[in-house]
Amino acid sequence: MKSKFAIFAIITFALLSWGLYEALVAAPTEATMGQVQRIFYVHVPCAWVMLLCFPANFLASIAYLAKRNPALDALAVSTAEVGVVFCTIVLLTGPIWGKPAWGVWWAWDPRLTSTLVLWLIYVSYLILRKFSTGGPNATLAAALAIFGCVDAIFVWFAIRWFRGQHPSPVFGSGPNSGIDPRMLHAFFVNMAAYTAFGILLVWLRFVLERTRQKVEEAHAMKALAGTARGTR
Amino acid sequence: MTFVATLKNTLSKDLRLEWRSKDAINSMLFFALLTVVIFSFSFELTAEESREIAGGLIWVALLFAAVVALNQTWARELRNSVLDAYRIAPAPLESLFIAKAIGNFIFVSVLELVIAPLFVIFYNLRSVGPAYQLLIVSLLGNWAVVVNGTFFGAMSIRTRSREVLLPLLLFPISIPALLAAVKATTYILTGDESAYLPLVFLAVYDIVFTTIGVVLFETVLQAE
Repeated sequence: MKSKFAIFAIITFALLSWGLYEALVAAPTEATMGQVQRIFYVHVPCAWVMLLCFPANFLASIAYLAKRNPALDALAVSTAEVGVVFCTIVLLTGPIWGKPAWGVWWAWDPRLTSTLVLWLIYVSYLILRKFSTGGPNATLAAALAIFGCVDAIFVWFAIRWFRGQHPSPVFGSGPNSGIDPRMLHAFFVNMAAYTAFGILLVWLRFVLERTRQKVEEAHAMKALAGTARGTR
Repeated sequence: MTFVATLKNTLSKDLRLEWRSKDAINSMLFFALLTVVIFSFSFELTAEESREIAGGLIWVALLFAAVVALNQTWARELRNSVLDAYRIAPAPLESLFIAKAIGNFIFVSVLELVIAPLFVIFYNLRSVGPAYQLLIVSLLGNWAVVVNGTFFGAMSIRTRSREVLLPLLLFPISIPALLAAVKATTYILTGDESAYLPLVFLAVYDIVFTTIGVVLFETVLQAE
């Protein structure tokens, strides 16, 4: 297990370094936006990882309610936390690009707005986890995760229908439309690198959470057995 | 006890309690009144502008005020361990949830009946669109806030921080409903567009979240 993790970590960091090289050096400078476009090699892969994490959290939560297996709860926490981290990166890198490109740090564009609301929902999930200790924690969190994920669908529609004042395509529509193959190459390397990075983080957090669960369980068993640590 | 009997008993008990103490209604009313006054101090509006933003203001005021009542629904049951009695009682818990939601719905509706005229007076409002639709918006929007609020109230009462948590959970989840309710209200007040789409959206939201609430309520209340 440990060696597998180490190998995966090494591969991930190799991929990330390669991705960074591709993004900063190998990929050509974008014609209209210039250097600032390079942030998309980070921004889009992070959004992608976030979009992997939140549904994974939803599925893990449903599975937890059905099976009551603590490992599934650990998976739910890990994916939610990593998802929030990547969501935060998306929300931070967006404005860094937005300022030079749009002239404003923040526009209430549908995509930005839905990402922000998604962030709010999952932060509230983490707050719930923080506030509820002990027994009911996992169950309550799983219930909220189901609400949150269903709500995300409503958010998506609500924002497009009721806030769609300027549904501008964010820009020449991402690194997907008639672009230099070297850009596409850099983009896919980064997608792979960040996906691996996301999985690595979830894995790490999962192991940590499992350990925490086991320690807690051991403490509970010890207390039950009436052998709580005496004074030495 | 059957579903309907439990529902009826819980609801009538809550209404009687509220009728005698008037805790929830009074605190909500005063809170909402304060919000309305503070809002009107903060913005100096012409009739035209107030039509544009009154929809947003009234729903924000209602959402904030509703939290006051929603927090009391379950806190009330903690005294003398009534909540634990509910949990072991052989009555369907879903009916408890629905009864609580209906009770809150009634409280918030009373609030709306008082606050809406105040808004009309303070903000000098006159609906340009079909005003009867405002009734539909208020019913649907009210239910959206109340059904989620009742659920998350039960959820936050099971945690360490109790009352603090409710708005933190309720507000993010309510954003789409709030957005639709605000848009519907604004469309009706300004008469710019048909409020049909946000109303349908709210109805779907209500149905979906009522269903999830009913399905998950027992899990949350019995969570160990």
